[in-house]
Amino acid sequence: MGCVESMNYEIVLRDATFKESRDYIRGHFKESIDVQPGFKVFDVHVIGLPPIAIGLDGDFVIFPYTKPCHGTFLLRVEDKAEAARLRALKK
Amino acid sequence: MADEQPAKSATALLVLGCPQVPVQTSIALYLINRLKKAGITPVVAGNKAANTLLVVADQDRHYLGEVIDLDRAIGLITDGKRTFDFCFVFIHNDAGVSYAATLGAISQAKLYGLVYGEHFEDQAKKIDFPCTVIAAKAVHNPLPLKKAIDEVAPWAA
Repeated sequence: MGCVESMNYEIVLRDATFKESRDYIRGHFKESIDVQPGFKVFDVHVIGLPPIAIGLDGDFVIFPYTKPCHGTFLLRVEDKAEAARLRALKK
Repeated sequence: MADEQPAKSATALLVLGCPQVPVQTSIALYLINRLKKAGITPVVAGNKAANTLLVVADQDRHYLGEVIDLDRAIGLITDGKRTFDFCFVFIHNDAGVSYAATLGAISQAKLYGLVYGEHFEDQAKKIDFPCTVIAAKAVHNPLPLKKAIDEVAPWAA
């Protein structure tokens, strides 16, 4: 997973379709932002059909991570600074 | 002596999917050859397995030119460091559709979706963004997809 491997992440969904990932974020997190494909979360360019939903839950960031052979994973990573950066984009 | 610069040749990015469906490698080499013959410079972007299948099959680089990691290619295009005139995305699963949508959003290239595999119709239905879809039920035999590509002849666009 490249730089994602160095993160302390939790897999919320695995081998999902992109739509399942987006629906999960919108259905399970009160707070989310929509971004365009290629937007950088941590050091990852997110892949998917626009708009791409990214969930925010306190200091946790929940974002889709797509691999050609394994579909889309939904990862949950705790990072106060990144959560704050993303939250600020909503304003 | 004229100070005109020679015209820059057109470029095409081939975005490989998971190599689990056999026709991908064959069609990639075929398309690379057709593009090169038309004066279009092809660049391949895939994961390690997909790229290695091509590199090993074309040891002396008769067909292949530049081969780059898929994540790196996405980053270079997003950051505006690379541009392409054409982009061909190999699609046989949901991830392939996601990559095609992403390339459509971050690149100005004319986008082609090469849709194949056992469930090619299901994947083709998901493409609701600007993209020329070239689709065929091709899993082990590349000829149906080759025929579909020949009918569109994207190298002549």
